Amino acid sequence: MKELSEAELKRIAYNCRKATFLIEKQQIGKITLREKLELRLHLTGCAICVTFMRQSALISQMAKKLVNGDSNALKLDEGFKEQLQKQINNHLDQN
Amino acid sequence: MLQKDPESDIVDKSAIDPQHWVSRYADYLYSYATFRIKDQNLARDLVQDTFLAALERRGKFEGRSSEKTWLTAILKNKIIDVYRSRSSGFGKDVVQASIVAPDEDFFNQDNGHWNDQHEPAELGIEGHDALGNKEFERILAACMNKLPALWLSVFSMKHIDEETTDHICDELKLSSSNFWVIIHRTKVNLRSCLQKHWI
Repeated sequence: MKELSEAELKRIAYNCRKATFLIEKQQIGKITLREKLELRLHLTGCAICVTFMRQSALISQMAKKLVNGDSNALKLDEGFKEQLQKQINNHLDQN
Repeated sequence: MLQKDPESDIVDKSAIDPQHWVSRYADYLYSYATFRIKDQNLARDLVQDTFLAALERRGKFEGRSSEKTWLTAILKNKIIDVYRSRSSGFGKDVVQASIVAPDEDFFNQDNGHWNDQHEPAELGIEGHDALGNKEFERILAACMNKLPALWLSVFSMKHIDEETTDHICDELKLSSSNFWVIIHRTKVNLRSCLQKHWI
């Protein structure tokens, strides 16, 4: 791989938008070797994006747990459920 | 449709028991739908539609999956219909606008560096104990609720239901590059919202 010029290094070091984009892409998909190198270079010098990366993974995990967890389950109101059961029963009677 | 048809399983009709559907599954299905479409009234309608569709098709229920899995699969298809009608309802222009709109709020337009007010800070929740933190969960739910509908659809399908990227793009008629832009912006947005309300 060609060596990176100083201007390119500077661009990579500053570009947190690109780095966070690659972090997201890497979390659920594939990034190229070149992108991996860029990301590693960026993260070496950018503690802020390292924090982003840790929090990003945590948010994905938490969202999953939040939505799938029993403890957060919502309840339908009882009146609606009664109606629903009646509707089902009617349907069953017809057949 | 790429998704497996819930009707294509093998027969064990004894496993089906519509008399108990409401008491066993109504809350679960309602909860499942509400988190994914953030509209409680629509979620109620979808639960009703799911039961009615399941009744119509119960002759075809084949007992390979559990009754609950079968009902959830029917509901899931209905949720995707909602996602799809929302994203086409927005029209190409709106989808485009929501994607292309510059993320100048988060990043400096010229060099891509974090803007000060959105710079990630340690939240003190990076450890694993965060996973059980109720207050944090509440804020996360509120932040998810504020996402544009299309973003929430993409986020839920990817991070919560772990669908493949190809499948999501196909269902929501998104190009792969738009998909990645949405994935990125959604996470940056959620993280920033969490930080704003947590600290």
